[in-house]
Amino acid sequence: MRITGAQALIESLKHEGVDLVFGYPGGVMLPIYDALYDCEGLRHILVRHEQGGAHAADGYARATGKVGVCFATSGPGATNLVTGLATAYMDSIPIVAITGQVRTTALGKDAFQEADITGITMPITKHNYLLKSSADIPRVVAEAFHIARSGRPGPVLIDIPMDVSTGMLDYKPVTSPDIASYKPTTTGHPRQIIRAAKAIAAAERPVLYVGGGVVSSGAAPEVLELSERTHILVTTTLLGKGAIPETHPHSLGMLGMHGTAYANYAVAHCDLLVAVGARFDDRVTGKLDVFAQKAKVIHIDIDPAEIGKTVHVDIPIVGDSKTVLTGLLKRVEPRGETEWNEQIMQWKKDYPLHYGDDGLYPQYVIEKIWEATNGEAIVATEVGQHQMWTAQFFKCKYPRQFLSSGGLGTMGYGLPAGIGAKFGCPDREVFVIAGDGSIQMNIQEMMTAVANKIAIKIAILNNGCLGMVRQWQELFYNQRYSGVDMTAQPDFVKLAEAYGGVGMRIERKEDVEDAIRKSLEITDRPVMMDFRVMSGENVFPMIPAGQSIEEMMVKHPK
Amino acid sequence: MQHTITALVENKPGVLARVSGLFARRGFNIESLAVSITDDPSVSRMTIVVGGDDSVLEQITKQLHKLIDVIKVVDYKEIPIVERELAMIKVNAEASTRAEIMQMVDIFRAKIIDISDKTFTIEVTGSVDKVNAMENLLAAYGIRELVRTGRIAMMRGARTP
Repeated sequence: MRITGAQALIESLKHEGVDLVFGYPGGVMLPIYDALYDCEGLRHILVRHEQGGAHAADGYARATGKVGVCFATSGPGATNLVTGLATAYMDSIPIVAITGQVRTTALGKDAFQEADITGITMPITKHNYLLKSSADIPRVVAEAFHIARSGRPGPVLIDIPMDVSTGMLDYKPVTSPDIASYKPTTTGHPRQIIRAAKAIAAAERPVLYVGGGVVSSGAAPEVLELSERTHILVTTTLLGKGAIPETHPHSLGMLGMHGTAYANYAVAHCDLLVAVGARFDDRVTGKLDVFAQKAKVIHIDIDPAEIGKTVHVDIPIVGDSKTVLTGLLKRVEPRGETEWNEQIMQWKKDYPLHYGDDGLYPQYVIEKIWEATNGEAIVATEVGQHQMWTAQFFKCKYPRQFLSSGGLGTMGYGLPAGIGAKFGCPDREVFVIAGDGSIQMNIQEMMTAVANKIAIKIAILNNGCLGMVRQWQELFYNQRYSGVDMTAQPDFVKLAEAYGGVGMRIERKEDVEDAIRKSLEITDRPVMMDFRVMSGENVFPMIPAGQSIEEMMVKHPK
Repeated sequence: MQHTITALVENKPGVLARVSGLFARRGFNIESLAVSITDDPSVSRMTIVVGGDDSVLEQITKQLHKLIDVIKVVDYKEIPIVERELAMIKVNAEASTRAEIMQMVDIFRAKIIDISDKTFTIEVTGSVDKVNAMENLLAAYGIRELVRTGRIAMMRGARTP
């Protein structure tokens, strides 16, 4: 079949099972958009900013487990993807970004809308390509998808000069590309698995610490089985939320800086820490030399570069979480409940998550969203206090239910990610939980939602300030509130209406449930709820950055 | 401490930038870097000499291995190797000093590869120490220009990376 490079791109994407792309056209993308015009089976969603496109592809990927795809033109279109790619890279999310580029003959000559996007994105993509020949398109697209979704997943960018899009080639689909230099290790070493099983049998105070790797490898059932068989309690990272149902008695919720006190106590006192698909991020460990200092560490991860990166590991197992845990389950003997379980349960009783009832608390709104959706909704968050409250109070039942920028901490992620998730899971309720600061960073995507009848619900926990920064200034900078006042803000109700969505303002606690219920009745457009919450509320527990559990503030120190 | 790292990589545009980027990102200065194709024209070989903390370099080596275009990485830290470097040194050579310099070149088993009325261009090959020694001795006559290839290395014996 003799077709153009642009047509070959579309065919190759369809061959990879892609039926949806988020994109924004431009000059050098014209041949590709022309090929999209009458192609069947590939839907293009026009976003309002390329960053929104990248985050939507990311949200789609996190919610569905498939590879998300976004298009952008050369120059500013491509540079607008950068934050989205970096977000996906830090959280190991598979997306493929296609960017247009100036003609190969103009490369490096400062042509109109030229930017060296492969150079710019080198450190924030798993791999990238600058195409020079139309004939390479089928192979490169197949490689890009293979790289994005296999091993430790991540974003891949393909930069396509305009003459590569218009050039002709004999199209033949490429399946299972062979990349000689890329062979991720997926099966754990059997001897290491035996050592791990022995260590688990010998441990008196074990804890499971699971992260995003469990979600991406689909290992949640194995984590649950391991926990139920051994009665080892489970704490998750932000990205690991839902790896074990947080309603399960074995769940300790999230650990780390704003994790539950009991999860942090359990880790601090354990004698065996079984880390699965987690990377000992500084927000998890705090001060490294005292983190889990009594514990032997088993680290199961697909990425050998994560082993021993920050924490000394006694039993490293390089491999896919699901494969390794399946192997481990064949070896692990059942264990009963022990005094250690009782001890953790006691901590759970002594240090529950809590908040006040003398006003409209942000945590209350999150709990009510959980109740109204029976804990079934997908939640996408922005970044800040509301993100941590959602992590604490929205008890995820499933993996892929909680979408949040963990590693990069990208404000502006939540709204477009929520839109992407709703495209991927149209039958699920999708809530975006946002702050009044971060919602404004990609607010233009309201239009994408309205234009496509995307009935997401946006809950703005509006405290009139950049709450997380304000919290640090309150606690560590003598209440010198610098650059955090957000009281000059749009009327979010009118703003939602201006876009063609539904706006609501909720100022009293007793109106919260009603508003959420009403929002659930709207199924043809987005609903933006402006919850006017307590402005001075802080996120606790908190372990200050780089410190140990000794410094944990379970509640406000005053 | 100083590490000599060999990487076999795909012979493609941009690979050098990917590799050097991993060092630059951590503020490591590459002391020397030699790259060329191997007996397989689709594969290039890089020899990278870099100084720094062992554990950080171990991390970088692992990260190097993660690059899609990198086929193999070996840090020669605890492996016996033979290593060589080549330098060309253009040195002042007046009538009064020529004999002296020629003698020195002989002793070092170096070669004079170009002559002008005022200079010799000398080629010296050997270990880094030997090249350094030659350079130091010639400095007395006034070095006009100097270029070193950077270190290349191989494991001793029959082993290959």
